[in-house]
Formats: sequence, structure tokens, C-alpha cells
Amino acid sequence: MDFFTSLMSTSVYEGLVYGFVAIGVYFTFRVLSFPDLTVDGSFPLGGAVAAILIINGANPWLATLAALAAGVCAGLGTALLNTKLRINALLAGILMMVALYSINLMIMGRSNIPLLREVTIFDHVAQALGMRADINLSIIVMVVFSAVTLFVLNWFLHSEIGLALRATGDNEQMVRGLGTDTNMTTILGVSISNGLVALSGALVAQNQGFTDVGMGIGMIVMGLASVIIGEGIFRPRKITTILLAVVGGTFAYRLFIGIALRLGLPPTNLKLITAVLVIVALAIPYIRKKIRHEWVPPAVRM
Amino acid sequence: MKRKGLIKILVCICLVLALATPFTIGCGPAMTYEIGISQLLTHPALDATREGIIDGLAEKGYVEGDNLEIDYQNSELDMSLVATIAQQFVSDKVDVIVCIATPNSLAAASAAEGTEIPVVFSAITNPVGEGMVSGWDSHPDQNITGVSDMISVADDVDLIVEIVPGVETIGNIYNAGESNSVFLAEKLIEACDALGIEVVESTVSTSADVLAAAQSLVGRVDVIWVGTDNTVVSGLEALIGVCEDNQIPFFPSDDPSIERGGIACWGFDYYDIGYQTGEMVARMLDGDGTAYDIPVEKGKIIFLSVNVAAAEKMGVTIPQSIIDQAEKVYEE
Repeated sequence: MDFFTSLMSTSVYEGLVYGFVAIGVYFTFRVLSFPDLTVDGSFPLGGAVAAILIINGANPWLATLAALAAGVCAGLGTALLNTKLRINALLAGILMMVALYSINLMIMGRSNIPLLREVTIFDHVAQALGMRADINLSIIVMVVFSAVTLFVLNWFLHSEIGLALRATGDNEQMVRGLGTDTNMTTILGVSISNGLVALSGALVAQNQGFTDVGMGIGMIVMGLASVIIGEGIFRPRKITTILLAVVGGTFAYRLFIGIALRLGLPPTNLKLITAVLVIVALAIPYIRKKIRHEWVPPAVRM
Repeated sequence: MKRKGLIKILVCICLVLALATPFTIGCGPAMTYEIGISQLLTHPALDATREGIIDGLAEKGYVEGDNLEIDYQNSELDMSLVATIAQQFVSDKVDVIVCIATPNSLAAASAAEGTEIPVVFSAITNPVGEGMVSGWDSHPDQNITGVSDMISVADDVDLIVEIVPGVETIGNIYNAGESNSVFLAEKLIEACDALGIEVVESTVSTSADVLAAAQSLVGRVDVIWVGTDNTVVSGLEALIGVCEDNQIPFFPSDDPSIERGGIACWGFDYYDIGYQTGEMVARMLDGDGTAYDIPVEKGKIIFLSVNVAAAEKMGVTIPQSIIDQAEKVYEE
């Protein structure tokens, strides 16, 4: 495999698999305006649940499904802290994230579970298609997973409840005035978000051959960066294109990281590059408007 | 539309970067070997291991920049990068992938599955128990081997009993998120059970917790022992302060921690562990063995180090017979 194809295939795979994290983050931060930091805990939760079930002989598909369910529960916990106990959203997420660190250790029984010689969903698909379990196969699996997920989410966000959920983030007062229970929409949204993140954790663990309790560090940053880059580059308007743009943003983010690694930059500078990337993506819309003399200061906007 | 123009520019930048890179890294003399080193994070012990690997290779005739290219990558604890780096080494078809720490070794083994690229790990305490390799001696179905930094906890406990006679309880502080430390904690309980000593555990999740964990042990333990735990060793000064203030003898288990203010240990230098790993990699490059048939090694050079001044501050005296055995004696 030559340099370019290997870089592209790795980035495509990572864009798709971490795209779930980005969509989860998009759901909370953008759709619900609920800054949810549970993500750093629910990502390894998905890996932990899938791994412990797989090493105990469970079917990997069921294990992956169980991971998704565990993530939904984690999100439910955060949302209940916020809606029922009136704990600030940011704090509720942090509390859940901290609690999940211990819970993940409890589930796993140790800090790291290797899955090297276990049968994963990737092995199942490889066997069914008669392929080798390499990066191309991972991409095929992830394309199918993403397509199904995006289709379902797109349908959901256009349904009545989905529209109410989107409206909750825009104007909670109004939605409540129209007789919709905003607590319910918040609970639903945060649960779905963390379910997606945990699903990503389960898939990543099976593909990379291990689960580690520290696997979630920086996930929220990566998810946010991907959302912002996706919005910055593609400037989507409709919900369907937004979902695609978020996955595209994740791809772009991983591609830039891949290029940075390839350029032989000192590895310690990588975090700085991440920060610069996000700053650039955030600044592009403003600079573009400035150049076109379309910028209106917030104070004079109607 | 202007938006399309911007996308085009971005795509062009990507292409130029992507195409330019192979020319900068692809040049070199014929018969050059390339190895990839994947390190989990910047940490004194892991950095020393890496230096040891490079020197061990050089000693065997594989000199970086001469007949050896080293692609060094550090994931800085970002687990998503661990897999990216492993995948990159595999698609670059490096001759050997060398991994310092557990998660990146697992990721490399997974990525290299089905290829002929051997994976060599370094500074992993318990590769067999963690399920990375199936056995210490032979693992003919796995293209992975390496050097373990297994310490003998029982020897450390014997040392504690010699220096602090009549010890009844030993405190152990570790990060339950580090698989090496969990393993060592079990070993400590095993060794202490045999001597009728009780173990009191206190766990931390970041180096900022070390102070509180140390204080929680005051009055409950006679001595504190700490394994090769990266998190606790990062916050060692806080622990040493508590031990000095409360006259609790403190026994870490690596030589640099003795220099920083621990009393005594049987340990090794991570540089030596790395050096041994470098020699192992050189054997593979020589064609003298593969990862399938080279057994997993334990650190060969183990020595005693003592810190006389630290012992005094913590209210104990190291017997002269032990000081005489020590290879490294710190007086300050």
C-alpha cells in the first residue's frame, strides 16, 4: 500500500468510527445546547462492556448492542441528574464522567483488556465475505454501520419527537409553552448521544484489539473539534447535510492528525496542532465575512 | 460559489502535504532498516527506555541515520492515536515495531496481525498475565515478544523486613487504572501473606491525588511501599514529604525514586531494560530469530540501591551489611 492510500484509508476508517462520537457531541452541544462531558466516560464504557462480554464468550454483535445500551444508561444518568435533581448540565456531565471511571474499572476488573485473539464483529464479517481482517474490511463494516445509523437518526430528527428535541435546544421556553415536556426531550437526546459514543467505543476496542480505561481521554475535545471543523468546511444548513458534515469533519480532523504524524513533527507538538486546527476552523467563518465586508457586530444585529 | 473555492484550496493543501512527505522520508542509502518506535507518553522511565533501545541497537551495529531509520511516535496518552500510529507503521512496512507500554503494544499486535512485521514490546510488567503473549518461553502462533520490567516484589518485602524489623502493616499506593500496578499489588499481598504482614491499599487516579492518599495511610501503616506505578511516581515528592513528617519509612521500587528520597529497593534502570530490548531487535534485524521464537525476557541487570539520608529522615537506620551490598548509595 503506498503512502497516500494508506493515509486516506486510515483516515476514512477513523472518520467513520469516531464520527459516532462527533454526532453524539453534535446532538448534545448543538441540537440540545446541553454541554455534556459524559462522553469521556461513556466512550470507554462502551469498550469495557463489549470487551468483558466478548472475553466471556458472548456473541460480539450482542456485546456491541449491550455497549450501546450501557451508553444510553450513562446518558440517562447525566440527564436525570440535570432534569430531576437540577444539577447544572456541565457539572452533571463531569460527575457522570468521574463516576464512570470507577464503574469502567469495576466492569473490566482491571485497567486493560486485550482482545487480540478474541472473535470480534470484524472477524465475523471477514469470514462471511471471505476477506482478510485488514483496514479495507474495517472501512466496509464502518460504512454499513454509519449508513444505517445516519439513516435512522435522520428519520428520527424529522419525526415529531425529533423536531421537539431540536426545538428544545433552540428555545426551551417556547417548546414548554407548546405543551412539550422539555425534560423528556433532554433525557432522550442525552441518552441517544451517549449511546452513539459507547457504540463507537465498542467498535474501536474491537478493531484496535484492546480496551483501556484511559481510552476516553480527550474524546470530548476530538468530538467538538470534528463538529466545528465539519461546520466550518461544509457549512451545512439542513439536518441531513449537517449529519454528513459532522462525519466529514471527523474525517478531516483525523486526516490532519495523520498528516501531522507523517510530517515527522515532534510528537509532543501534536496537541498544539489540534488546538490550532480548531482555532482555524472557528475563525474561518468570521474571516470570510470580514473579507467580504459582510460582518455585522453582534450589537447591531436584529 | 466561493465555498467551493475554499474546499478546493483545502484539498490542494492536503494533496501537496501528502505527496511531499514520501520524498522527505523516503531517501536513504540502500540496505537501510527502518523501525517504528511507539511510546505511550513522555515520562522519565519511558524516555530512558527509548534511549536504551537506540543505544542497544547502535552497540549491535544498527546506528540511527547510518543504516537505521527510526520513526519515533509518541501518542501522549491519546488512545485514538495509539491505533493510528500502529496502522501507520504497518502500512509503511517497517522492519520491526517497537512499543513502550501496554496499550500501544496491543494496538501494534492487532494492526500487524496477518503481516510478517514483528512487534517487540518493552517495559511491560506482566505481558503473559495480561494476555498479550500466551507464554514466557514459547508462543509460536504470535509474532510478538519483548522485555518485561517485572520486579521481584518478594525481594523488596524481604529488604523492608531487614531494614524495619517487626513491621506488621505495609501501605501500598497505586493507580488502579494501571494494569502493571494492579498486578504488582497482588504480588505484594502474596509476598506479605507468607510473612504474616498485613497490606493496606490506597488508590489514586491522578498524580494530584498522591498527597491525600499518603495522608490517608498515616497512623494505619508501619511502612509504605510503591511499585513502578507511573502516576504515583510522578507525584512522588508529595508522598516523600508525608513520610518524612510522620516518620513512615518509604520504599519505592525503582532506582530513580531512591535518588529522589526513597529508602531502598532491588530495582533496575529503565535504560538497561531498553538496552536489552535494543539488543533483541538487533537480533531480529540480523535474521537471527523472529518474534515467534525469541522468548520474552525479564530485565537482566538488577541491583540494590539505598538512600542513607532518606532513611535517617524517616527514622530508620539501614544496616551496614545492606549498604555494603548496594551498587548505588545516595548520601544526600
